[in-house]
Amino acid sequence: MPQIEEIDLLPPKGVRPPVIGPGHDLGTATDRIAGIVLTKHTPLFWFAIVALAVTIVGMLNTAIAYLFARGTGIWGINIPVGWGFAIVNFVWWIGIGHAGTLISAILLLFKQSWRTSINRFAEAMTIFAVMQAGLFPLIHTGRPWLAAYWLFPLPLTMGVWPQFRSPLIWDVFAVSTYFTVSFLFWGVGLIPDFANLRDSAKSLVVRRIYGMLAMGWRGSARHWNRYETAYMLLAGLATPLVLSVHSVVSLDFAVAVVPGWHTTFFPPYFVAGAIFSGFAMVLILAIPFRYLYNMQDFITLRHLQNCGKLMLATGSIVAYAYVLEMFIGWYSQDKYELAMVHNRLHGPYSHYYFMLVFCNIISPQSLWFNKVRSTPWMLFVLSCIVQFGMWLERFVIVVMSLQRDFIPSSWGMYWFTKWDVMTLVGTMGFFTLLFFLFIRFMPAISIFEIRALLPQAKVKE
Amino acid sequence: MSKTIDSNPSLVPVSAIKPARKELEAVRKELAEAKGPKFWRSLEELSGKHEAAFGELLEREFPRQHSEWLDPVSRRNFLKLAGASMALAGLAGCTKQPLEQILPYVRQPEELIPGRPIFYATAMPFAGYGLPLLVETHEFRPTKIEGNPQHACSLGATDLFAQASILGLYDPDRSIAITHMGEPRPWGEFLGAARNRVVYHKGNQGAGLRFLTGAVSSPTLGSQMKAILQIFPQAKWHRWDPVHRDGARAGSKLAFGAEYDPQYKFAAADVVVSLDADFLSGAWFPGFVRYARDFMSRRKEPGEGMNRLYAAESSPTTTGAKADHWLVLRHSDVEKVARALAAKLGVAGAAAPPLSEPQHKWIDAVAADLTKHRGKSLVVPGEFQSATVHALAHAMNDKLGNAGQTVFYTEPVEVDAVEHTQSIRELVDDMNSGKVETLIIIGGNQVYDAPADLDFQSALEKLLTNASKREVPPVTIQLSLYDNDTTPFCHWHVPEAHYLESWSDVRAHDGTASIIQPMISPLYDGKSAHEILGIFTDQPGVSGYDLLQAYWRSQHSGDDFDKWWRRSVHDGFIAGSAFPARSVTLKLGSLPEPEVRTVLKMVFTQAAPAEVKGEVVEVMFRPDPTIYDGSFINNGWLQETPKPLTRTTWDNVAMISPAMAGRLGFEELEGELISQSDLQKNVNKDHQSDAQNVIAINVGGRTVRAPAWTQPGHPDGAVTLFFGYGQERTGRVGSDTGEDLARSDAPRPTRSVGKPRGYDAYSVRSGAAYAGAGIISTTGDHYPIAVTQGHFTMDDREPVKVAKSLEAYRKNPNFANENPEEIPKTDESLYPYFGDKGFYERYAWGMTIDLNSCVGCQACSVACYAENNISIVGKYQVQRGREMGWIRIDAYYEGDPANPNIYFQPVPCMQCENAPCEPVCPVGATTHSTEGLNDMVYNRCVGTRYCSNNCPYKVRRFNFMLFADFDTPSLKMMRNPDVSVRSRGVMEKCTYCVQRINAARINAEKQDRYIRDGEILTACQQVCPTQAITFGNKNDKDSRVSKLKADKRNYSLVPELNTRPRTTYTAAVWNTNPELPEKA
Repeated sequence: MPQIEEIDLLPPKGVRPPVIGPGHDLGTATDRIAGIVLTKHTPLFWFAIVALAVTIVGMLNTAIAYLFARGTGIWGINIPVGWGFAIVNFVWWIGIGHAGTLISAILLLFKQSWRTSINRFAEAMTIFAVMQAGLFPLIHTGRPWLAAYWLFPLPLTMGVWPQFRSPLIWDVFAVSTYFTVSFLFWGVGLIPDFANLRDSAKSLVVRRIYGMLAMGWRGSARHWNRYETAYMLLAGLATPLVLSVHSVVSLDFAVAVVPGWHTTFFPPYFVAGAIFSGFAMVLILAIPFRYLYNMQDFITLRHLQNCGKLMLATGSIVAYAYVLEMFIGWYSQDKYELAMVHNRLHGPYSHYYFMLVFCNIISPQSLWFNKVRSTPWMLFVLSCIVQFGMWLERFVIVVMSLQRDFIPSSWGMYWFTKWDVMTLVGTMGFFTLLFFLFIRFMPAISIFEIRALLPQAKVKE
Repeated sequence: MSKTIDSNPSLVPVSAIKPARKELEAVRKELAEAKGPKFWRSLEELSGKHEAAFGELLEREFPRQHSEWLDPVSRRNFLKLAGASMALAGLAGCTKQPLEQILPYVRQPEELIPGRPIFYATAMPFAGYGLPLLVETHEFRPTKIEGNPQHACSLGATDLFAQASILGLYDPDRSIAITHMGEPRPWGEFLGAARNRVVYHKGNQGAGLRFLTGAVSSPTLGSQMKAILQIFPQAKWHRWDPVHRDGARAGSKLAFGAEYDPQYKFAAADVVVSLDADFLSGAWFPGFVRYARDFMSRRKEPGEGMNRLYAAESSPTTTGAKADHWLVLRHSDVEKVARALAAKLGVAGAAAPPLSEPQHKWIDAVAADLTKHRGKSLVVPGEFQSATVHALAHAMNDKLGNAGQTVFYTEPVEVDAVEHTQSIRELVDDMNSGKVETLIIIGGNQVYDAPADLDFQSALEKLLTNASKREVPPVTIQLSLYDNDTTPFCHWHVPEAHYLESWSDVRAHDGTASIIQPMISPLYDGKSAHEILGIFTDQPGVSGYDLLQAYWRSQHSGDDFDKWWRRSVHDGFIAGSAFPARSVTLKLGSLPEPEVRTVLKMVFTQAAPAEVKGEVVEVMFRPDPTIYDGSFINNGWLQETPKPLTRTTWDNVAMISPAMAGRLGFEELEGELISQSDLQKNVNKDHQSDAQNVIAINVGGRTVRAPAWTQPGHPDGAVTLFFGYGQERTGRVGSDTGEDLARSDAPRPTRSVGKPRGYDAYSVRSGAAYAGAGIISTTGDHYPIAVTQGHFTMDDREPVKVAKSLEAYRKNPNFANENPEEIPKTDESLYPYFGDKGFYERYAWGMTIDLNSCVGCQACSVACYAENNISIVGKYQVQRGREMGWIRIDAYYEGDPANPNIYFQPVPCMQCENAPCEPVCPVGATTHSTEGLNDMVYNRCVGTRYCSNNCPYKVRRFNFMLFADFDTPSLKMMRNPDVSVRSRGVMEKCTYCVQRINAARINAEKQDRYIRDGEILTACQQVCPTQAITFGNKNDKDSRVSKLKADKRNYSLVPELNTRPRTTYTAAVWNTNPELPEKA
């Protein structure tokens, strides 16, 4: 198949690009998407990427094994900075995991047809990101083997329950619920496509496997009726979760007394930031994906533009939050809040703060330009900057606040170690591995929903 | 011994024995060279082709060379053989162990109730004096040291060295075997060798027999020495302590014509002038514990009864920090100020040298104040100052009518006091000239700490190698706790028994004699000084106990000796043995030339300053605040407890003034004090592991490189070097092994394998002086220092509240709580107030800490380590900010860096009523007790560290790794059985010594009563020399803690957070002289 050039797909000036490239019918759309999975010629780059990712996962395993053997002292954390990379990474990955469910559920409820091409892999991204995130709260504890045991409310005869006042317990529930619902939503959405793969597969083994995954889907009207109901119900369930998870995560900080944490606007600020970084991640994944798999006619410039617009909107909310944080610090005239503001601007980590301002406030302003929103490589670079900025934001919140709190004698610095970096990079590798396995073995774009967008599907009533 | 053997007629002559040696030699060689695994299945396999010889040796009931065993020389060969062949592995197990039956207590020892501690009185010899103690023992294992409350020199308090000495007892790196030239030897062989010397010296009246000890204040040891000197009239007894009191001795001679020890009555003094006397911080200041308490007893209540302290100080100490008026001077200027002050007060012969304008002003004000308080004032000279300063201080006290009122004089406590500088010089001269034949060194580490110009090491080497080629080669014997730098240069090394393992006696600073009774039998078969000296008397083999009793029997006149003895041992001291005050008359003649000027001359005649570039400065030598003279180098608690002023750990630093740091190019100073680390260049702000600039200090041609530490309040044009570090041979704590101590999987060296820790100040100390002149220069290198505090200013937080004069206090007595409306009420929380939920009904534990009294001496911090089984973490982990101390003492600096205000603030857990740590713990591992404590449930803790993040006071400590040492057997015996040893991944913090609360509760409930006020003393409270810490029941309106909390000066830290801390502070009030400019 010839490589599709971006220029071929560009609409005339002033016309929005279509959500799906021209010239597709039900058959071609199905074959193109299912072809990635059912092909006998796995592209070489896939092997290269997976090999690299497996290596990085090995590094992650080493880091975690050493961590379990020696204790969290291998990291840079100390007193006063009791939380470091682990919690920064946790919040960052959870944030990334927001866009998927938002796209799938909220945009579904709002009947945004452009979500269709990107929702499937965005959901996968969510699940994989939450998996990375979920790793950190467990391994960051001093005694992970006990944490796994004590943190879950097991109705045991000894009657020892977790402490329900602690936001960390809320986290356990929020994140596990979010993961469960996202996983169900994703899994339910995959059923008709698995059936499609089952029906298209040539090999008996593949047919059997997808057959099992399709759970007896036959595509009858009754199936479709029940399916739509279930899907909408799940979307309804998932929608509040998108808002709640990061709100709860933000309460880890907002509930505490630490200046720089103890802030009421954290929940909306965190949710906006999460969606901001989530869409950045969608772009980071979608742009190479459409290029590598020649999917420019399914993931069109329309999608990229819309993601860019959403980034601009949520980025503005985040920028507003930064300004507000500073303003409230000054407006309160509380000496600890003032010192927090001062520390952000003049403290030993102030260069992190200014980098954050550049990444998250200044650089997204380029999205006002259509040229940037329509140029994939620019969007890609920008998304990477935003992603880094969002990581910095969590670093600023976690480390810079703890570093100097109330009693000056206890102020201290935090320096990460190689084990911190290995763990962070390791989860990126793990995420990449999962994502590329997903692309190879599951339909990365929803086949049946794409078909519904095609002209042939528009049945006149 | 050998005589009887030689006379045995049934012996076969050695020459008649057919040697089997050759083959055994081969076996041994083969074993030594063998590679690979060193075990075997059978003896045949081991011996291989030498089977025959080996088998014969093993199987014959009386091997052919049996007779050799009786010969001293051949027996050594046998031991060598045994060492090579059997010690490798395996065969040691074949040795038949003596039958040792273990038996349960059929009849329990009297007084022993398992689980209940027993306290025994004893005393710790330290710096030539004794500190009376009570030692807590659990099933006859000493676990904790307290002061003896009945003894006037302690009154229940101790210093940090006494607290840490318990770790010294159980130190696994202590010397464990008698050695001869490094080879282990049995006691009998040593005894034989020593007795040979006795026999030899009997023949020559003891010529060439020398004893070297530190300052001795043990009456029994003194009488033993006297007895020895009678038997050997030509023998000599030398004394050497690197932290000596020669200045005080000479000063007393200068002033009175004889040696007297001054005894101060600080409680009676309204005005105190310290001339470099650090009686509030230096535990080596005789009587520190009592003096600190007496001094601070006059500062508990602000008002006319408060005393006033003027400190003219060279190297900054906490005494200067606590002074109302602190004059920062170089060492040599202290003498100038003393002369000027004495001249002002009319002391004859003291001419006023030229001084600067502020110094004049200071002296005028001090002289006026002293004159106003005649008979109620006190001038205290410093231990490290010259004879002139001491003599002038005595003269001033005499002139002011203080003698007999606030100061009186007694006989010296030290037995047969001598000038140490002179004494060691004589010894080294004799050693070099070949006059010394037998040298017995009791304690100390002279190769390391003797004056550098004497070169004690080469003098010892001459004896070791028999450089004078005498027929009877010289013998050197060392008795010491550790295999230290001196050990390789002595023939014999005998492990010394710790003071907690041996019988002895010692006099406290007022002369009261204490009986030192052992708490445990020697862990490593150590011998006491009494037993070693006993060899040289007519009664070898007499136990320390018998010697001690015999001495005191001779001192006790009545016929009720046994009863009197039991009483004295029980009480820990001999009643009425304090030295009586002597009436002395001042005979002050002309004063000698200033000491430092002579030192300066000496330096410049020796060194060629042109070769060394840099600034000429005064070099001051001081004992390290926590390692002292180096004898505590291997003590982890003392290494890790921060030095009071610098908050540094694990290293010594070279203190310089902020101005000098600027001149050396470390930082341009803007006149305002920011933070300690901001004063340094190339450093990040508020981190605990700042890299310090390394400076080189050249003193008289010798150079030492040391990390510079910019110390506000340090005199300009001077540098302070601290003793104690840089030892070559020490244990795993005292040497810098480069290993992370917390690494449980790292090999734990049993002997030093690393570089010396810190720098060796002794290497440039000539003539045992406390000050000299040197040239200071930069090196461009950096060296990391582990600091527990990074930020030394209070900013606008004001954790320490202080009224800087009585005037200011009277104007606003409520200065510590100026905005009471900022403190939320109990109902201003979402969560209900515990007090309304039936909590705190019986007891509500609370603590107050008096910031006026706290001198920052660190005793509480070390006591907490001992009481609560706190782990040390090592230098690397301290750099990472992971030290584990449950009570820290914050130091804050304010004002002009040249003469700052320094504040100390001990911070234990605040035990908040609304504790921010409690609601955030996901597993409920930190919970609120009904008595208001924040309990830690270690078993439940998973280690999220959320509680620590949410603690505004940052008093929680986390086991980031396995910091506790679960492996070393001796340390297991040391631990307090009432406190769990925390493993990795667990949060811990101050518990208000909950184990002590519970012990008192059990006791009270058995008697069906409430716990009385003062029945519980927390470990930090008990040890505090100044009684700065008060603990008790807040519900009891009559308790001392309630009364202190009702005081207007009582305030909480960060009260606006509504944490309602149970630990509160009593704000400080200074008694500054209105005639002098306020400090800041």
